[in-house]
Amino acid sequence: MTSATFAPTAEPIAIPIREALPWVVFAGLILMLAIYFVGAEEGATSLIKGMYVHEFVHDGRHLLGFPCH
Amino acid sequence: MVGTLLIRGMLIGIVAGILSFAFLKTVGEPAVDRAIAFETQMDEAKDKAKADEAMAKGMSMPKEDPEPELVSRPVQAGIGLFTGVTVYNTAFGGLFALAFALTYRRMGDFGPRTTAALLAISGIVAVYIAPNLKYPANPPSVGDPDTISMRTGLYFAMIAISLAAMIAAWMLRNRLVARYGDWNAALIAGAAYLVVVVIVALALPTVNEVPEGFPAVVLWQFRTASMGAQIIMWATIGLAFGAWTERAETSRSGLRLKAAGF
Repeated sequence: MTSATFAPTAEPIAIPIREALPWVVFAGLILMLAIYFVGAEEGATSLIKGMYVHEFVHDGRHLLGFPCH
Repeated sequence: MVGTLLIRGMLIGIVAGILSFAFLKTVGEPAVDRAIAFETQMDEAKDKAKADEAMAKGMSMPKEDPEPELVSRPVQAGIGLFTGVTVYNTAFGGLFALAFALTYRRMGDFGPRTTAALLAISGIVAVYIAPNLKYPANPPSVGDPDTISMRTGLYFAMIAISLAAMIAAWMLRNRLVARYGDWNAALIAGAAYLVVVVIVALALPTVNEVPEGFPAVVLWQFRTASMGAQIIMWATIGLAFGAWTERAETSRSGLRLKAAGF
């Protein structure tokens, strides 16, 4: 007879929503703001005066697929 | 836990950004340069036509000052491109980690690597491929500045709808798995996503602002370069994040076993 083997079931579980939510909201907002600056600032809308941000990230904006001028 | 995942995602995003930059620098920039050359040619032709017209009327042409260049081309194609692409990739790495934190062990009985790979595939389809089939990436000189607000609005609306449809499709898949099995549930959910996105794409207005005579080859090169950069980003994030998280998880459960006296 084979001896009983322990099969340690360290079955990973989902991260509780309550723990994840603050991260998702705050970090999510900041990250989306970063994408906004690369993708749309001084194009369709403008938070900063002038065209410097737009011109600086110009090539990236085009190649990443955002509408640009 | 979520903080660790977030930092992991953003670090991988930086790596993805460097890879994307190298790719876009070699494959994307030639197309951008050719598009700008076309634009310059068109502008010169327009100016010349205006000058000829003025000459014919016996007037002297008022000399227009060229637009002052705010950022030079080498900066745009170098550090500017690098900054834009790296910020974008890092941000997506972080957002990917947040999505992973929310969906891990909720998408089905998948380990970290499978979850990350499925997330990346769903992500590139929902956020880039579907919206870009309707509103493709455009090189410089394609696009009317007067319609930028409308085009940006439509593009982001398309992304939002496509992403919402993808999330709904995954929820549908999870509800159907018990009854129809893995394969069929996924097929039904995939078909549902496709139907929604196709209907929305047909309903939204079409934008065609490619100027007369713009070289088709340049447009194709530009769009394939854009697609390539997205594939690099999503593949790097999806594969590296999954592998790293799986490693971290097994070493953690290993520690737990050791602590328990195994």
